[in-house]
Amino acid sequence: MVWQAIDRNEAVIDPEAPAVLSAAVRKKIESFLPRYETRLAALLPALHVVQDELGYLSHQAMKEIAEILELHPSQVLDTLSFYTHFWTHPKGRKVITVCRSICCETLGGNKLLEAIKAKLGIDEHETTPDGEYSLVTEECLALCDYGPCMLINEKVHKCVKPEDVGRILDDPNNDVVDMPRSDLFDGPHEAGK
Amino acid sequence: MADYEPVLLRNVGVENSHTLEVYRAQGGYQALAKALKMTPDEVQEEVRDATLRGRGGAGFPAGVKWSFLPKDRTHTYLCVNGDESEPPTFSNRVVMEKDPHQLIEGIIISGYATQAQAAYVYLRIEFHEPFHILQKAIDEAYAAGLLGKNILDSGYSLDCYIHRGAGAYVCGEETGLIESIEGKRGYPRIKPPFPAVEGLFRRPTVVNNVETLCNVPHIIERGADWFKSIGSEGNFGPKLFCVCGPVNRPGCYEGPMTITLGDLIYDNKYGQGMRDGKEVKAVFPGGISMGVVTTDELDMVMDFTDPAEYGLLGIGTAAAVVIDNSIDIRTVLRNVARFFALESCGQCTQCREGTSWMYKIATRIEQGAGRIEDLDLLIETTGNLGMMPGLSICGLSDGAVFPIRTIVQKFRAEFEEHIRNQEPGCVEAALAVAN
Repeated sequence: MVWQAIDRNEAVIDPEAPAVLSAAVRKKIESFLPRYETRLAALLPALHVVQDELGYLSHQAMKEIAEILELHPSQVLDTLSFYTHFWTHPKGRKVITVCRSICCETLGGNKLLEAIKAKLGIDEHETTPDGEYSLVTEECLALCDYGPCMLINEKVHKCVKPEDVGRILDDPNNDVVDMPRSDLFDGPHEAGK
Repeated sequence: MADYEPVLLRNVGVENSHTLEVYRAQGGYQALAKALKMTPDEVQEEVRDATLRGRGGAGFPAGVKWSFLPKDRTHTYLCVNGDESEPPTFSNRVVMEKDPHQLIEGIIISGYATQAQAAYVYLRIEFHEPFHILQKAIDEAYAAGLLGKNILDSGYSLDCYIHRGAGAYVCGEETGLIESIEGKRGYPRIKPPFPAVEGLFRRPTVVNNVETLCNVPHIIERGADWFKSIGSEGNFGPKLFCVCGPVNRPGCYEGPMTITLGDLIYDNKYGQGMRDGKEVKAVFPGGISMGVVTTDELDMVMDFTDPAEYGLLGIGTAAAVVIDNSIDIRTVLRNVARFFALESCGQCTQCREGTSWMYKIATRIEQGAGRIEDLDLLIETTGNLGMMPGLSICGLSDGAVFPIRTIVQKFRAEFEEHIRNQEPGCVEAALAVAN
């Protein structure tokens, strides 16, 4: 991701702004703490939980995460700006991640990407006006045996041809994962403690 | 070739192979019971005797790695590398989706051998299904007393957590992975100290690949001599291979490290040949960062030593992507150069700048504005990056050097032909825009 320049003359966050993290999210973040020796180590799981809950990581959310983990807010920004998965501005309800690695590209991944762009009328890193879809590309999704492939949120779409794009994107359940899933980052991990 | 009985993939295709019940019915967790009756040193010795070499790419013997842990340590951590970001590798994904308990058993035995208190499985964020399946399997293992306090009444306790990454190739490097677990940017560390001495939270730490750990239960159950009966000297044990691209049966296969690249593509047990009448033009036999071979070099043996004879860095992840002859070699060069330019973490100047410049040159060549001297410039640049001349912290730039160097060297005639057929004046126009 690109570094965002911050105007130092104005406060980035309104000090009076109401909290954005719910009590449940705070509790979940705190549940990670026994897993690690340092509070800082719970940062990546915390960022995932907050992004899952709020859709993206606002400065206010970064500040509140920093408070819970007893960090400086800039430490939170420092870490999250390294990773491509985190969003610092609102994204669509569904994120389409198209693989562009060597295998998928040589099997027609570019045509797939162009078909999605044409269907949605957006470019990479853009969101449709109705807030339904955001489009990104990623280096190798480790699904090379099913190339060209893409993800819609957590749902894997395998061997997608450009002509399949219309059908897939018109399906309202195209991000539904048909498997029993454990609650994200939950489970009886503290059993051994 | 003699018939090969799968070991690591033996449960693939078995219904509900991801559940504890089925894994136990297939003989699972017997190695763990056996290991817990041995002393940790005996387990380490068995693995060292088997000469199990790391499956993540570098091929360092796992048992030797464990022996670097200081004897007087109070804390030990085990980090499991499931980042698997090397294009086009997906063998860890197959193992975690189809047989997660095999990995967990390997983690517990390896944790016992190194006396680790906690194991962190680092998974890339794009692994959603493997995450949910593995997390369920870990929950099952906790409930069955296989993880947590006093495992199977042995007195040994181990906690196992999944730590999900967030999209960074360099976090597959062991110290980048450690930094990422610590909640920081995934910058690889300067070594020494190596993780065995000072790793996660500055404690002695072992970092092993998923596939490496999956081998451990089988070594304990059947012994080092059985392990050494598979493969060849220096390349013992079962190995997972991936093959993808326009082959008839892309997928993850298992075999001894005596098969050739040609076997992997054409043999009926593996890729079953090219589809739609396509012909092989080039193959990246060990993940893209190891380099490329041409159609004349398919007799390369998929082991730790033979790839070097073909100008490659090594066997890497043993994942072969086949490029067919309809693909322009300039596209291949640009795609590979882009990968490393985007994934360079930016700590070392010559990696950050070098990969970016190679990407820019490759893009210009692909757009039909290349110069013959660009090919020499690319070769020269590849000589100025990486750990081989001792210039960088981690091996990422070596991974950029080998594919770009081998593509340019082995397909130079094709590049030159494209460049000769370009429209006159296009180079000047492209360079004027670039400036």
